[in-house]
Amino acid sequence: MVSLRKRRKTDDAAVEAQKSDADSKTQLIDSISIPTGDPLETVLLTAGGPVEVTGLDIDSDTLAQARDSGVELIVPLIGQGELLGALYLGARLSDQPYSTDDRRLLGSLASQVAPAMKVAQLVQEQQAEAKERERIQQELQVAALIQQTLLPKELPNISGWHVDAFYRPARAVGGDFYDFIDLGEGKLGVVIGDVTDKGVPAALVMATCRSMLRGAALRHDSPSAVLDDVNNNLVPEIPPAMFVTCLYAIIDTEKGDLVFANAGHNLPYVRTADGVLELRATGMPLGLMPDMEYEERTYQLHDGEVMVLTSDGITEAHNVDGEMYGFGRLMGRVAKKTTDDDMVAALVGDLEKWTGSDAEQEDDITLVVVRRTASAEGAAATLSKSAPEQVLTSFTLASEEGNERVAIAKVSEVVGPLGLDPAKFERLKTAVGETVMNAIEHGNENNAEFEVGVVVAATEVTVSVKVTDQGGDKEIPEAEQPDIEAKLAGEQTPRGWGLFLIGQMVDEVRRESENGTQTVELVMNREGDS
Amino acid sequence: MPQDGFEAKVTSTEKGSVVELSGVVNRAAKDGMEEAYRRASETPGEILLDFASVEYINSTGIAVIVGILAMARAENRKVGAVGLTDHYREVFQITRLSDFMHIYEDASSGT
Repeated sequence: MVSLRKRRKTDDAAVEAQKSDADSKTQLIDSISIPTGDPLETVLLTAGGPVEVTGLDIDSDTLAQARDSGVELIVPLIGQGELLGALYLGARLSDQPYSTDDRRLLGSLASQVAPAMKVAQLVQEQQAEAKERERIQQELQVAALIQQTLLPKELPNISGWHVDAFYRPARAVGGDFYDFIDLGEGKLGVVIGDVTDKGVPAALVMATCRSMLRGAALRHDSPSAVLDDVNNNLVPEIPPAMFVTCLYAIIDTEKGDLVFANAGHNLPYVRTADGVLELRATGMPLGLMPDMEYEERTYQLHDGEVMVLTSDGITEAHNVDGEMYGFGRLMGRVAKKTTDDDMVAALVGDLEKWTGSDAEQEDDITLVVVRRTASAEGAAATLSKSAPEQVLTSFTLASEEGNERVAIAKVSEVVGPLGLDPAKFERLKTAVGETVMNAIEHGNENNAEFEVGVVVAATEVTVSVKVTDQGGDKEIPEAEQPDIEAKLAGEQTPRGWGLFLIGQMVDEVRRESENGTQTVELVMNREGDS
Repeated sequence: MPQDGFEAKVTSTEKGSVVELSGVVNRAAKDGMEEAYRRASETPGEILLDFASVEYINSTGIAVIVGILAMARAENRKVGAVGLTDHYREVFQITRLSDFMHIYEDASSGT
């Protein structure tokens, strides 16, 4: 009977006995566990060879159990000073006692088995660790997908203003976000925020918070009322120990008037002709407690003045000596004028100089820069007509055949109510099915552990479906018109219709490879010929 | 995960055979479709594929249909289709399947 001992992480280890042959004289003994600290463990570790049960005088439940099972000899299997398992032997079939030669042979056998068991245990552990790493990597990819999908695709284009933004996620994606909201009548809502925590939980809270902010911004004219509204809605939804810092400002793009409120976020800086100002307004982060009050302040941005909003990924970045970049350095950098006044490039460049360009980024880095370029008074402040994108749903699917139809059903559920032309709707469904099928079969190579991510979003003019797989940097071939004559003549395989169909079904197909993922975005115009 | 069920029922008519397809036409339908074609081809005349009860056709299903058309072509056999939704009719046009099989408006106009 051979017993294998699971590698001990903390406490008990299990020892299982296995039946070794079909001889009628052999007996099967039940599994025998040796709890950590049992005196038998010490005996086996120090015996230096097989141990006869009869000669042992120790207070051990395990030993008593072994005796009850008819065990006469225990052969410890020891590797690198660790008890890996044991061979439990009952009486010899000849009813003779175990001889010295027997014990020597068994000891020799054990010394050869133990290293092999040790290797097997290490391999098992490494496989488990690799699986865990893979799971974490996938989770990070999902988080990055959610986050990147929700950040604005276009910057506001306003006469007399220059708006710029920069976002770079850390490897363990954080919860930074920013947003621009067209409030009508020449008013622009500007949001910057940071969710505590990282990965998928942060990304989901960020998505929730962003939606709440967009909704509240359209209901209230005052930034403090917006933050108050979002806070009260977020408190019951947010997981414990998570919160969101957020600054919300409304800019009157005709007059340059700025009204803002701050829920515990980094203070905005404004570079003026006389130096750099901090725009202070007090308020607790969102999601901590209900019924908080948010101070509301105003400022008028003059010609040439620049407002800089940042996340703490900048100020808390360290250099090789462990020093933080800090607010003072940031303020100093904001104060400097550059030749082309590209504030984003100047700040990112200075930060990289500080951390070293090869250093791994610790946290997400987000920057929003709003500059009043010329007198906007009297000018027609025209906000970009690019309608904001709204995410309708996002989900993941295992890479299993048939799940493309699950994707079609889920996409249909949210796209159906948009009232798309029926023919377009059907085409989108087919394109989604084919794209998800490609992601399952070609991207993820039918590996059920790899997920396919799907994000459905809509603007006033388009519906888009992004399908992401973990296919690495595999090149997606360009769609070609299949040669049906050659296929019918048996000169070509009948297969190879997927990519062609996808291209024919939607108005635009975009492809993107990034960080080991591939994303195909299907874009369908909501209006136009069916 | 939805079940990819597929069935094909073959009946003989005066003009040939009708293969009533139902469920999902994808690569899993290949054997069933080929078997149905073999049975249908025992009757002389056109083989009409009836898609009225088909829920879903994907690119792998199109490949199966192309395979059937290739078999039919080798045997000089006419194949038609009926019961297609507007969408799949469009798919058959885009893929040019409709250039090689007659698409009927409804079953009565076919075999």
